[in-house]
Amino acid sequence: MSDIFPKWTNKLPTRVIAGALIAGSTVLAGITYYATPKYTRVGYQPVQPVAFSHAIHVDQVGLDCRYCHNGVEKSWYSNVPAASTCMNCHNQILANDPKLALVRESHNTGKPIPWVQIHKTPDYVYFNHSVHVNRGVSCFSCHGEINKMDEVRHAQPLSMGFCLDCHRNPEKQIRPPEQVFNLNWRTNEAAQLQLGEKFVHDWKVNSSQNCSACHR
Amino acid sequence: MRYFLPIWILITAVAVGVLGFRGSILRKPPLEFFNDMDRQMKLRPQAPHEFFRDNRASRLAVAGTVARSEPRHNVSAGAVVYSYEDHPVNTGRVTGTTNWVELNPTVIDAQSMARGRQRFEINCTPCHGPLGDGNGVTKKLGMAVVATLHDPRIVKMTDGELFHVISNGRNLMGPYAAQLDVEDRWAVISYLRALQLSRLGSLEDVPAQFRATLNK
Repeated sequence: MSDIFPKWTNKLPTRVIAGALIAGSTVLAGITYYATPKYTRVGYQPVQPVAFSHAIHVDQVGLDCRYCHNGVEKSWYSNVPAASTCMNCHNQILANDPKLALVRESHNTGKPIPWVQIHKTPDYVYFNHSVHVNRGVSCFSCHGEINKMDEVRHAQPLSMGFCLDCHRNPEKQIRPPEQVFNLNWRTNEAAQLQLGEKFVHDWKVNSSQNCSACHR
Repeated sequence: MRYFLPIWILITAVAVGVLGFRGSILRKPPLEFFNDMDRQMKLRPQAPHEFFRDNRASRLAVAGTVARSEPRHNVSAGAVVYSYEDHPVNTGRVTGTTNWVELNPTVIDAQSMARGRQRFEINCTPCHGPLGDGNGVTKKLGMAVVATLHDPRIVKMTDGELFHVISNGRNLMGPYAAQLDVEDRWAVISYLRALQLSRLGSLEDVPAQFRATLNK
């Protein structure tokens, strides 16, 4: 009587287990690496209807962030400017450039420019721009080197962990109020801590870690 | 194992090739799974929404309406003035007439001057230059005519007329009513007057004990 199971089946259980281990660990590694805002959000750089460059307007021309985002100090959201703001200069500079056709149309007809929103916190997160910029958190902390970007790119994960990193140690991010909109301002770690701790103390910064601080 | 391992490595390589690495440029919006809480049925500012005929979630004020809200801050003599009142603070004109008000009707102190300087540097400097002499950065970029604010024509303007020009624009300059609050416009005017004085002053205007310290 021949064997019911041929000889190679002796190794089958080990092989199945080894294969499952290899497959499982790669899948797990993949999920760890990819299923996080560090991958899904960082680097998001949609094509915008108008090729507006922050690098030209801020880094080269030297406009203040608040020339266009003029509501950021008093509003919870940082507004996209009206076309009329663009036309303050572009009624003369590049007045007939085809790249600005949409802006001129929007200015003349009132039809909004369909900008693509890049930074989108979930709707249950109540992030407030004004309270951050008025207490020394620079645009740079969340938006990275946006002043050097030709096309805006999602620079930081803006995940809950990202928010909490700063809410637990605000002194690592808080800068002198006059440098909040100066995105080229840098300091070394020791000086930052010294400054930050002073500001946190002087302004009584209460970076709440309560759930209800952001989730209301 | 002989077949499984190469196939699995191939699958992994293809997956990494398709997904890329953290921080690589993504043109498509981030994937969101089970996002019914992330994107709720509520309207966000400046977002499009098809419910309204003009597709704007942010509604524009109905024509002819004015905000009542809070009284103006910082009005001289502590007057309580609301935004809808015919008062020099709101219009730049003497109440009940069409004459420009001669002097700034708001309180001028160190705080409002500092605010005026800050707002001037954000909103006016790009064209009129930090000194107000019309040598802003836009001149190099093709802005043909920029007024120097030290022009006798402008120095002689009443504060009320300056307020009107800032609010509504003049010639090629666009209106800045949307960028600058009423209080900020008056603060900018205070600072502008100081800038103009800096050019018009003579040695006799300097207190005697400081004259020797000046570089002539």
